[in-house]
Amino acid sequence: MKHTESLAFQDLILTLHRYWGDQGCAILQPYDIEVGAGTLHPATVLRALGKKPWKAAYVQPSRRPGDGRYGENPNRLQHYYQYQVILKPNPDDLQDLYLNSLKAIGIDPKLHDIRFVEDDWENPTVGAWGLGWEVWCDGMEVTQFTYFQGVGGIEVDVVSGELTYGLERLAMYVQGVDNVYNLKFTKEGTTYGEVFLENERQQSEANFHGYDVDGLKRRFEDMVAEVSRLLAMRGPQGQALVLPAYDQVLKASHLFNLMDARGAIAVAERQSYIGRIRDLCKACALAWVEEEKRAA
Amino acid sequence: MPQLLLELFSEEIPARMQAQAARDLERMAGERLKAAGLAYEALTTFAGPRRLTLVVEGLPAATPDRSEELKGPKASAPEQALEGFLRKTGLTRDQLTERDGVLYAVIEQKGRATADLIPEMVEGIIRTFPWPKSMRWGDGTLTWVRPLKRIVCLFDGKVVPFIVTDGSPELGGRAPGIESFDATEGHRFMGTGRPLKVRSFEDYRKQLEDNYVLLDQADRKLDILEGARSACRARGLELVEDDGLLEEVSGLAEWPTPILGDMDPSFLDLPPEVIRLSMKTHQKYFAVRDPATGGLAPNFVVVANVEATDGGKALAAGNSRVLSARLNDARFFWDEDRKVGFDAWLKKLEGVTFHAKLGTMAERVERIAALAREIAPLVGADPDQAERAARLAKGDLASGMVGEFPELQGIMGGYYARAEHGDAIADAIRDHYKPQGPADTVPTAPLTVAVALADKLDTLVGFFAIDEKPTGSKDPFALRRAALGVIRLVLENGLRVPLERLVDRHGRVIRDREVRRSLEFFRLNQQTSMATFRREGDDLVLDWPYGTFVKHGPNPYITASHVKENYPLTSDVFVGIMIPVDDGNGSCRVNEEGGGRFSIFLGTNVVSDLLAFFADRLKVLLRDQGKRHDLVDAVFALGDDDLVRIVRRVEALDAFLATDDGANLLAGYKRASNILKAEEKKGPLPVGAVGTGLPNQPEAETTLAFAVERARGAVDQALETEDFAAAMTALAGLRAPVDAFFTDVMVNSDVPAERENRLKLLGQVRAVMGRVADFGQVAG
Repeated sequence: MKHTESLAFQDLILTLHRYWGDQGCAILQPYDIEVGAGTLHPATVLRALGKKPWKAAYVQPSRRPGDGRYGENPNRLQHYYQYQVILKPNPDDLQDLYLNSLKAIGIDPKLHDIRFVEDDWENPTVGAWGLGWEVWCDGMEVTQFTYFQGVGGIEVDVVSGELTYGLERLAMYVQGVDNVYNLKFTKEGTTYGEVFLENERQQSEANFHGYDVDGLKRRFEDMVAEVSRLLAMRGPQGQALVLPAYDQVLKASHLFNLMDARGAIAVAERQSYIGRIRDLCKACALAWVEEEKRAA
Repeated sequence: MPQLLLELFSEEIPARMQAQAARDLERMAGERLKAAGLAYEALTTFAGPRRLTLVVEGLPAATPDRSEELKGPKASAPEQALEGFLRKTGLTRDQLTERDGVLYAVIEQKGRATADLIPEMVEGIIRTFPWPKSMRWGDGTLTWVRPLKRIVCLFDGKVVPFIVTDGSPELGGRAPGIESFDATEGHRFMGTGRPLKVRSFEDYRKQLEDNYVLLDQADRKLDILEGARSACRARGLELVEDDGLLEEVSGLAEWPTPILGDMDPSFLDLPPEVIRLSMKTHQKYFAVRDPATGGLAPNFVVVANVEATDGGKALAAGNSRVLSARLNDARFFWDEDRKVGFDAWLKKLEGVTFHAKLGTMAERVERIAALAREIAPLVGADPDQAERAARLAKGDLASGMVGEFPELQGIMGGYYARAEHGDAIADAIRDHYKPQGPADTVPTAPLTVAVALADKLDTLVGFFAIDEKPTGSKDPFALRRAALGVIRLVLENGLRVPLERLVDRHGRVIRDREVRRSLEFFRLNQQTSMATFRREGDDLVLDWPYGTFVKHGPNPYITASHVKENYPLTSDVFVGIMIPVDDGNGSCRVNEEGGGRFSIFLGTNVVSDLLAFFADRLKVLLRDQGKRHDLVDAVFALGDDDLVRIVRRVEALDAFLATDDGANLLAGYKRASNILKAEEKKGPLPVGAVGTGLPNQPEAETTLAFAVERARGAVDQALETEDFAAAMTALAGLRAPVDAFFTDVMVNSDVPAERENRLKLLGQVRAVMGRVADFGQVAG
């Protein structure tokens, strides 16, 4: 890789936006609720259900409170970006489309070793699973490539292709940088560290030592109750309030992650918490599918 | 003769599934061709990252005509029966023939063109292919391991036209499925990118190769090995070969291109096992050795799927950076682990479940430590050292490195313990999992042997106690391997170990713990009624509000139902309590009210089952060494649990039976035994001293009586010193007298006293021989 010509972090994002926008994707902005992975954005999890075609791409900040390292680890962050693409149904040439996106950001497959290595993806918290690969570039995993088979515990009607690019890793690779904080965020030289290092320090401390555990637990229970309440209500057109209900599931999920980072989840409780979130997710997924049938 | 070529082209097939897929395709195609009546000369399959290929040589152009006669109703049968038969055969009445009053239909089946039979065959294979996991894609319903893209199907050089429908809606001119074709494609990046029209298998294979695809996995493996070796050689280095890795990487590249990369040499201070595993597991790299030092070289071999335009410089550098990141992670674990140490890990094991019914890892550690202490004097190890080594042996399971690389269990413990605890203990920790298979070496250091035996025996006794024995092909806890490990440790070190006693004692340890746990449960659930449990010598004493219960004896069991009958308790109160009480059979099961929660107990059946399991494994081991397994049975029947003695006896017996005396004596034994068995059916056999010098006693009878007497003395003496060859020689002395006895003496004499004396004599022959082996179990 010629470092001098490599894309800055934000240019990488802008290039992918341009590329996937040209493929007919709606370019969305990040969801405004904390999520652990781009998949959890309703534009993926909910839209993957039902029969309606859908194409979208967006950047999603991923919050993983337990992964915080106070900004001291060169690759681990409690807040990082994923670039998420969902195409439903998956086009026949999704692999080619993907490879062309790598070319667009400057990875030449005749110079680098691109591989599709088996990886069966699963997210137990949202009851989602799929088959696909980790895509490797010169031995580094740069993308998760998945054909969704189930979401919210329900087998999908139509298979979506999902691409999740790990943006920081990809940028580190493209820029030839070994420490995430040294990434060029802008061409002019603003670094990733200047943007995010302080955030990592403060958030790590809050994640591990700051939040009030009892408060987190209380709010978790509140969110759980809210999901059922909202799902029981009907909107002006008689629809179930799936989207607001799902927002509460996301909040509950993040509260769980915070409790976990605080070390407040006993081993024996863990499965039960995850099970509760999965059940809520499943309730939303079922309501979403019902809603699509009702509207049709 | 025509050739069939089939290629099923898909997106990347997981490497681990390819070899099996080639075998499945071979089997399915063979079965289907046979079922269609199509004979062929050769059938070959290939699997690679993006394609499964089948080539069948020497197929006929069509199946032969066939004529089949079907038996119908009698000519006199009612009209409906005839109509039914005509409908079934599609014939008219005048086309039937009549023979002996019965109607027959002759169905002429014209042969079918082979090409017409192929579509159904291929579709059947695709729709029922046994992928371990398969998926749907797009809006279709077809399933395959990953999206199926193309089907090449040529018979005799021509496309066999068909469509495998995928259930997707017919939209915008898109074919509602996958259509067979005569074009494939080459390498994803290095090929021309244009469809390759093929005419035959040979042409297909050649065009693929021209387009950077090696069809045959064997070729890919060869290329990788040769390429990797020569890349190493060019720098004066040696490839560290690894068959499992070779198998995997040959399934990850259509055009495998080994490239030697450089590793930051500063990582060489990590344990070599860590470097190799980090390379292999995470990166699928081969490690490289420096022949000058014998240690790892600061290099690796990556097998790329592309001949890069810059000769691989950029990708080698990229891989090198990724490896550095990985090794940095490993170094983090290595540094952190050495700061944390065994005390904290052992504490952590208290929270790790070994098995729901066998407690935590910490409890297992305690059990292994106690057992290692007991075994130590038997194997020449110091008991304190053995206990210490055993206590540390599982510590690394809680370390960061073993969390990351479970394969390094033991190995890391060895590294982490060496400085503080010395070489003997570190070696014991490192090697206590050995032997891990028939090919693995057996430890010989006494301390290691003590811990290795304790580890395996705890596993075996524990899982037998909770009735998790291997069945058929299922052995989820690898108990067969553990038993074989015990046997090899004992035999190859010539250890004299009383297995039965060890197993029985250890079983009690497990059982007592379960009793304590049950009572704790009882206490927690019945906080007002405290019960305490203690052992006084061999007695079990239970104090509770309803009185004191004492059960005497070394094998005290009590069941919940037993207690309930004797004490005014409701079943609710007693749920989960399992107190050992003898049920008379040496074993007892927990009552159902216990819900199985505390269903752990060890009766004598566990001990005997486990010993029988050892016997079985020993038989397999000896059979693999070419020994007769009936001889193992003959020796095991004596009830010995000393494996070394058992094997020596088997060997002596084997040698003895190969001699003329041995073979003849065996025949004499069988004859005596048959007579005795027949007599036993009539009533109890006479016992007592054999008379000599009786009136009219044939000389052969007296001679045999004295011979038996002599042999008994000699056998006893020989067995005393475990000189089994001498014992056999002593028995050999019986051969001539036994033969003479059967020639000259009639056992079933009309004189009752004579008959009785002769039966006693035969009984003694059987008894004295039976001290050496159960000859009744010997085939021959």
